[in-house]
Formats: sequence, C-alpha cells, structure tokens
Amino acid sequence: MSKRRFFSKRNLVIAIPNFWLILFFMVPFLVVLKISLAEPRIAIPPYSPLWEWVNGSLKFNINFENYAYMWQDSLYINAYLSSIKIAAVSTLLALLIGYPMAYYIARSPEPRRSILLLLVVLPFWTSFLLRVYAWIGILKTNGILNAVLLWAGIIDEPLIIMQTDIAVYIGIVYTYLPFLILPLYANLVKLDDTLLEASYDLGASRISSFFRITLPLSLPGIIAGSMLVFIPVIGEFVIPTLLGGPDTLMIGKVLWGEYFSNRDWPVASAVAMVMLVVMIIPIMVLRSAQNKGAEI
Amino acid sequence: MGNKELAAEAKPWRNATEKPFVRIKGITKMFGDLAAVDDVSLDIYKGELFCLLGGSGCGKSTLLRMLAGFETPTSGAIEIEGQDMTGVAANLRPTNMMFQSYALFPHMSVEKNVAYGLLREGVAKQEAMERTAKMLALVKLGGFASRKPHQLSGGQQQRVALARSLIKQPKLLLLDEPLGALDKKLREETQFELIRIQEDLGVTFIVVTHDQEEAMTLSTRIGVMDAGRIVQVGEPRQIYETPNSRYVADFIGSVNIFDGEVDAAAPDLMRVNTPVGPLVCEPLAGLKARQNIHIAVRPERIKLSRMPINAANTLRGTVEEVAYMGNLSIYRVRLEDGRFLKVTAANGLHEENPITWDEQVHIGWSAAASNVLTQ
Repeated sequence: MSKRRFFSKRNLVIAIPNFWLILFFMVPFLVVLKISLAEPRIAIPPYSPLWEWVNGSLKFNINFENYAYMWQDSLYINAYLSSIKIAAVSTLLALLIGYPMAYYIARSPEPRRSILLLLVVLPFWTSFLLRVYAWIGILKTNGILNAVLLWAGIIDEPLIIMQTDIAVYIGIVYTYLPFLILPLYANLVKLDDTLLEASYDLGASRISSFFRITLPLSLPGIIAGSMLVFIPVIGEFVIPTLLGGPDTLMIGKVLWGEYFSNRDWPVASAVAMVMLVVMIIPIMVLRSAQNKGAEI
Repeated sequence: MGNKELAAEAKPWRNATEKPFVRIKGITKMFGDLAAVDDVSLDIYKGELFCLLGGSGCGKSTLLRMLAGFETPTSGAIEIEGQDMTGVAANLRPTNMMFQSYALFPHMSVEKNVAYGLLREGVAKQEAMERTAKMLALVKLGGFASRKPHQLSGGQQQRVALARSLIKQPKLLLLDEPLGALDKKLREETQFELIRIQEDLGVTFIVVTHDQEEAMTLSTRIGVMDAGRIVQVGEPRQIYETPNSRYVADFIGSVNIFDGEVDAAAPDLMRVNTPVGPLVCEPLAGLKARQNIHIAVRPERIKLSRMPINAANTLRGTVEEVAYMGNLSIYRVRLEDGRFLKVTAANGLHEENPITWDEQVHIGWSAAASNVLTQ
C-alpha cells in the first residue's frame, strides 16, 4: 500500500519513450506550429518572432494569414487533392498486386514461404534512393524497358514514361508494396484452414468461399497495409521529384519549394500543419481497424 | 415421425439382404510412405450412429475427411446411397461435417453461420431464415441468433456447429470428436441430445472419437481402428464382451490380460498354462496344443472375497490399493508372483467392514468370464 512515487521504476521505464517523443516529435511540432503563425521576413531566421518587446510592452505576433493564403491560391488545394488522388490510386494498385502475393506466400508450405518473405524484404537492403534512381535507368526514353520492347518488336518508337504520372505510380507502387504485403501476410497466415473446409462442406465453391470467408476475415490486414501505403505516399517527395515531371503536383514537392526555393518558411510550415491534419484522418481509420481486428 | 425405422432397433447390419447406405470399398490413403488408412472396407446402414474409435494417429480422422471429400483416397472407392463419390468435390457431396474445432465463421452471427449452407444452395432468404430459426430452436439456442461465436460458451458453440451441419438435412453427417472440447457434465448431457436429434431427424451419423466411453454410449455400432486398419466392427456389447484381439480388449474398458500357452484341448474346458498357473477357459474352435494365446478377464467379472471362492479359476493375493468410486470400488490386488490384477466390485449400502488395504484375499472367476484372444 505504498504511495506511488514520481521516480518509481515503472515511471522511469515509461519516461524514456516519453522523453524521446517530447524531444523529437513534440518540440519540432511546436516549432513548426510557431513558424506557421509568423510573418515572413528577409532575415535570419526568415520569419518574425512570436513575441517581442516594443517600447516596454510585450507584443505577440500571431498571424493567420499563411493559412488564409493557402485557401486563396488554388495551388495548395490542388496539390493536396492531387496527393490524395495519387496516394489512393497507388494504394489500390498496390492492393491489387500485393493481395495475391500475400495470399500466395501465406498458403505456401514452410521452406518456400520463408524464402518468399525474404524476397519481399530483400529490396530494403539497398538504399531507397538508389532504387528510385535505378528506375530512371529502366524507364527513360533510351532506357532498358524501351530497349527491350523495341528489340522484341512490340513497339515502333520509344514510350515516354519518365517525367509522367505513370512513372510516379510505378515508383510508388514498387517502393511501398512490401509495406502492404507484410501486414496482409501476417493476417492471412493466421487464417484457419478448417473455416474454408467448413465453407466448401456447406456447399460454397472456392471462389465464393474466398469472397465470403477469406476476404472479410483479412479486412483488418487490408486496412493496415493500405494505410501503411496511403499515409506516407501523401507526403512523398523523393519519388515525384526524381520520376515525375513538372506537371506532377504533390504536396511534398510544394512544401520543399516553399522552404528552399521561395524561402517562405511560414507558408511552408502552414502547409505542413494542414498536411498533418489531413493525415490524422486515415490514421484514425487505421487505429479503429486494428482495434476491431484485435476483437476477432 | 412414428413410422421412422430406427437403425438402433432394426439392426440392419444383422440382415445380409439389407443394402448398406455408405459403402467404403478398400480405401487406402498414403501420406508419403505412410499408410494413414490401410485398405479399409466398411458398410454403414441408413439411420446408424456409427463410431470410428481409435487412438490418435490411427487414421480415423483421415477416413472421415475422405468421406467429406477433403482428402482424395490413394486407392479404393466410397459409395453413398449407391453413388460413387470418386471425383465429387466436397461442396457437391450429400454430406456435412461437424468439425472438432467447430470452425464457426468468426465474423458472422450465429444466425448467419447456420443459414450459410442454405443460402449457398440458393434457398430464398425468407425460407432460409425460417429454417434457421427452427434449427436454432431444436438445439435450444433460440435467443442467441444475433450473437457472434466468440460471445458464446463452448457448449453453445458446439450446438451452433451442430445446427450448421444439420441445416441442409444431409443424408450423412460426419462428426469429428464432437464432444471433445466439453467438460464431463456437459458431455453427458450433449451425448443424449445428439442421440435425440439423430433419432428425430433420421440422419445417418458417423462419429470419430478416441473416447471409448463416448463410443459405447452413443453408437449403434463401433469400428475400432488401429494403425490405419479396422480391427473390429460390432455393436458396443459385442465389442466389450467378445473383443477379437488383445488391442481391442485393452482399448475398450479395462481388462486383465494373461499370456499363456494352450496345454491340452479338453472337450469341455480348456486349460492354458500362464505365469500365474494353469487357467481354465471355454474352448475355442481351431486352437492347437502349445499355441500362444492371451486370456482377457474384465475386472468386474472377478469375484473378491476373504473366504475361499468356489470357481474354475482361483488365485490368492494382497490388496495393494483401493479406490472408492461411490457406486463401485476398484481394487489393485498383488498376486503371489508379484503381478497386479484389477478387480472391481459393487458397493453395498452401509457395508460394514469392507475389504481394505493389505488384506489377504481370494479371487476367482468362471471359465466363461474370460475371453481367449489369439492375436
């Protein structure tokens, strides 16, 4: 019946991750929030301080103009919508490719299953940046893909893929596929075979059993995997910059431009804050899906 | 339902002209080099509650899965109501199965689980729901239609599984260890409920179990399996009273077994030399002098007394242990040569001075009480 002490072992254990989160997440977050409420200045740092002493009185500068500006210039809204669209389409494509792969791996007998899983995570052994650069070599006008297609006589003149949205989709789906396959595999591998046998036994065909038993039971895995693709793709910057063209509009690229080309840190921070809000919604969906998944 | 013929009463297997409902003809199932089921032939009649009994790994579940269509026999054929089932997929067979793990669909309510088979068959929704409600009432789960399986107790889940497997009114219901997961009291209740439902609906049941007590209570006939083969088929009483091998005698109930050698085949009583001395049993046709045989004596056939017993076979020993079970007591008696014998005796009411530990006792049994086993 001892009173709970502040420096108990329990609290110390929790303190380490909490400290980490405060230092590397909360503090930067508050800094960005602060900058998003400042005015741009040609100075170092390039924004107005949050408060200053003017003639002996404390003056707060809280400026919502950056947020208002984002509504006025259609670039930002279009960039958000375009990012969401690209993220949604890539998630769907990744799901169409990844579900059969995850299903096949989960149904494979043991030695083969481990090898296939290893192959899924194998690309992580090479730097992400290098792998995206490699795609330039494949997709460019005189690249490997066009060379093969021309040699095989399938096309007469090279396809223009680089610097289009198609290249961005290819790059995103390729990069994020393992993040979809792994949670989906973890879900599908737990599926009890006797449930499918029970379904056949009660007169359902294999296809019908898949849609009525396997698919609904794998829904938590589908949602978890999809969110792991959808959320980071909204903010994706490297792939659209390297593979996309000038028409590829994504919020990550806009954000980079505001910071480094325009040096308008306050607007850039406001864009980042709104992006965070946009992403919270799918994260909530993910969490509720995981809780539901834990129930079954 | 008055005119329904109950297999338990008609005993169609005793009638050679009766046509079997399920014919298993020389079925073998190989897993690699191992024969899980080894040349099994079996006839099962309409309305029977047939138990496949055996230890784990004896092939009983594999045989059941071949009947359901989940496994393909390596050789041999299965006929149900005269139709060859070779090449017929599980979803097109006139059988349904109740799984050992129940295999209830966790994302569906009780009602949807039970209606599943009807809806897949194309029965109209309205009719399917009415039949589901009736079936749930039959298994006494009327108020649980909208629950999810994980909200039910083990016994309730078991009844949902039974309802789901019966809803399509299969000609043949296959049950894999149906009572395995239930506690003793619930098992006993459910056993009688199973028999009631089986008799009400007139479905033929094939039950797989490792529990000999369960097999004895439930079945019209039992098929005892060992190492992929059927070693004996018969009514529970036959199997218990006249086992055909040492394995069956040992597996069904408890038994004392003496290994011995036929001394001389006398016309009336046969004498067998065993390590505890010569024992007398009823003669069996075809036995040769000096043949090695086993003598099996059930513990309840042996008399136990402080006074000398007048019987064909008598021995002396010391009571080593007594287990009081209420209705009866089990005695472990050490014979003079050191081996132990199991004897059970019914307990009388207010018995004064019952036989207890370390007492010198006489034991004995008649020639007819023992079974001669040649294998």
